[in-house]
Order: sequence, then C-alpha cells, then structure tokens
Amino acid sequence: MTTWDALDIALMLGKIVVLFAIILTLAAYMVLAERRILGWIQDRIGPNRVGPFGLLQPLADVIKMLTKEDMIPKAADRFLFSVAPAMAAIPAILTFAIIPLGAPTVFFGHEVNLQIADLDVGVLVFLALSSIAVYGVALGGWASNSKYALLGSIRGLSQLISYELSMGLSLVPVVMLAKSLRLSEIVDAQAQMPFIVYQPLAFAIFLVSILAECRRIPFDLPEAEGELVAGFHTEYSGMRFGLFFVGEYINIISLSALASLFFLGGWRGPLLPPILWFFIKVALFAFVFIWVRGTLPRLRYDQLMHLGWKFLTPLALLNILATGWWLALR
Amino acid sequence: MERIIFYILAAVTVIGTLCAITARQAVRAIVYLVTSFFALALIFYLLGAPFVAALEVIIYAGAIMVLFLFVIMMVEVASPEKLAKPALSDWWPALALVLVVVASLTVLVAGQAPPVPGAGAQTVRQFSQVLFTRYGVAIELVSMQLLFALVGALYLGRRR
Repeated sequence: MTTWDALDIALMLGKIVVLFAIILTLAAYMVLAERRILGWIQDRIGPNRVGPFGLLQPLADVIKMLTKEDMIPKAADRFLFSVAPAMAAIPAILTFAIIPLGAPTVFFGHEVNLQIADLDVGVLVFLALSSIAVYGVALGGWASNSKYALLGSIRGLSQLISYELSMGLSLVPVVMLAKSLRLSEIVDAQAQMPFIVYQPLAFAIFLVSILAECRRIPFDLPEAEGELVAGFHTEYSGMRFGLFFVGEYINIISLSALASLFFLGGWRGPLLPPILWFFIKVALFAFVFIWVRGTLPRLRYDQLMHLGWKFLTPLALLNILATGWWLALR
Repeated sequence: MERIIFYILAAVTVIGTLCAITARQAVRAIVYLVTSFFALALIFYLLGAPFVAALEVIIYAGAIMVLFLFVIMMVEVASPEKLAKPALSDWWPALALVLVVVASLTVLVAGQAPPVPGAGAQTVRQFSQVLFTRYGVAIELVSMQLLFALVGALYLGRRR
C-alpha cells in the first residue's frame, strides 16, 4: 500500500467529519420536509411554529428526544436492547462512505475525490451493508421481549431478506452495462446517457425494492401501527428510538443517492455544478418517498411476499437475461 | 499501521468466535459470530482481497446468519429456557476436533510450507477471469450441486 502523509490523513478525516455533519443535517431536515409535505398532501399546515417556517423544528425534536426518559423493559435483554438502535443506524451511515458526491475537485493544490472510499467492489459493499442493516430491526424486536415487537421484527426480517434479493438482482444489469462494480466508473459510464434510458425495468424494480428496504408505507408492515402498536421499536423511547428514527431517514437519503448514482448518472448534468445536480437528484427521490407515503395504503402481508418473490425477483432475473442477450448481440 | 490493524482485527475475530461458542443464548451467539465475520472480512480486505471481503459479509453475515436468527427467534419463543452447563461427556467430540486442528496447524507451521501462491487476483475483473476460465468447470459443478440441494429442500418441504 501507499505511504500516508499527514496531509492525506487530515484530508480524509476532514472529509469524514464534513460528510457526517451533512448527513445528520439532511436527515433532520428530511423529517421536517416529510411532515410539511405530508401536511400539504393532506390539506393541513404541518409544523410551522418553531422558527421561521418551522425550520428549527428538528432542533426542538432532538432536545425533546435527548431529555426524554430512557426506558429499558425489565424482561429485555439489556445488552442487545441498547446495541440494536446503533446496529440499525450504522450501516446506513457507512453507506455514504462509498458514494461519490461530485467530480474530483482541486483543493489547496491537491486533487480531492469527493468520495471517502472509491472501492473496487463498491456495489457489493452497498449490498453487504444493506444486508447487515437487518440486524438492528431483528435484534431490537427480539431483545424487547414483547409480543408486538417480536412480531414486528420477524416481519421486518422476512421483508428485508426478500426485497434485498430483488434489489441486488436489479443492479446486475447496471453492472453489466458499466462493466464495473466501482461506483465512480458506474457514474462515468453514464456520461452520454443515464442508465434509466436503457434499463427502465431495472429502475422500477430497484425503486420498489428500496421502498421496501426502508420499511416505508406501503411496505411498513414491521411497524404497522394499526396492529402492532409500533412494531419492532414499540418498547423504545428517548434517544434510542431517535436513533432508529434517524437511521430510517439516513437510509432514505443514502438509498436515494444510490438510485441516482445507478440510474440517473449521479452528479452528471449540464450547466449546474456537479454537487448541486447530485443534491437535486437525491431530493427528487426523497420527494418520491414522501409522496408515496402520502398516497398509498399499506399492503397485506401475503401481497408483500407475493410481490417480492413471485413478481419482482423473476422479472429482475428475466431482465438480466435480456440485458445479457442484448449486450452479446450488439 | 497495517500490522496493528491486523492484530486488532485478529483479536476481535478470535474473541468473537470464543464468545460465540461459549454464549448460553443462541441469539447472542449469533451477534458474536457476526462480529467475528465482520473482522474476518476486514482481514481479507487487508490481504488484498476486497471481493472475498464483500462476499464474506453478504453471504455469511448477511444471509446465512440472518436465516439462523430467523429460525432461532421463532423457536426460542416456544422454549425460552436456558441450557444447562454441558457435562464433560458432551465435550469430548469437540476436544477431538481441537486436537485435529492443533495437529494440522503444528504440521503447517513446523513444516514451513511455502505460502500457497494466489492467483494474483486483485481486482474483481481479474478474479472473475481466473474463476471462470481456469476453474470454470468446478464452478459449474458447484452451482449444479447447490441447485440440486435447493430442489431437494423444495421437495422435502412441499405441502402434502
């Protein structure tokens, strides 16, 4: 490996700190945006009391969560109960390490990649992290030692496993077109044309799968409040619940970022600076997430499994075959 | 630098595995084992095999252990009692296995066998070229075997 000079390490640390701040701010404001947009969709006002346009609402929420009583049920497995929220949030945060935010830029005479780690196996790392994210849901519900939480986490486990499959398979055509697993090369391969043009089907499958991976309406069965109180995080309160909550929103942002990387050409776009383009695309996907939540009802459990295993997965497999055929004949 | 990271990871792997086999509760054992898989994956990465590292996490930590967790979560609800301390008679198969492992390790270390030459695989592209050309037939055989196992499991589990 290469030798490390102090400037490199400082740059790397700087990048990590900046990215961390950006993610947390975005996640906090994503919550506010969701509440305002849902209010708009449902023809009501939404939170607008704290600060101008309610812009300080996230701050108030954080203070509320930090000062709430932290409850651990008597029958809970204390160790796993306290570790589970972190297990839910960490993979979502780690995903940002592989996302290229913009074109390489020059800072202080140093060319800086706007990406923390440009790994050769970027796509696989993303899949690995999303498969690890299951543990937070599963262990959180199990460690609570409560019926509703356990039911929620078993549902969550089976849902996440099922949709991981179709999500992974829908990325195979993208990798076939880009001929690389490296995320920066996937973005480069879309210099002429974003992959959504060649792979609308893969895009649709990926979009539905990431909705399910985020456990959002219409796929929010693990926390279906009508039947399971709050599902796997029923017993959580205070900042532990906050971590689950923020983790979910960070997950939405990271999956939106990946969707725009894989199908919309990432930071590529005319006129505007790359980072702004990337932000616009991510915001677009985030808006779709909120819009879907405001529009669709929840699926029934058997419909959920049916959709994943009998529709999306075979479709994704057929799409891989078709793409291979097309690539071979071209 | 890499040496220090390696020793930390190695310690995590070993301690994680030890905790996994001594844990009384199956779910905790899974958590320890997953920790050890994670550290192992990072060791693979340090050794210059990022592909294997990613697969280690995706397959072992992300798929197999999740299925284990799923089964245990369903079963433990029905019978949540803790296991008794194992008797000495339960120990001897494990001890015999330990002897075999220790013996083979001693032979390996004492014999100073030259390190197995890797295929020089660094990137995914090189790795897959070696995998599908030199070991192509073996890969196909293994995948056929997995398919048979899948069909067999489907047959056994079908509704009568």
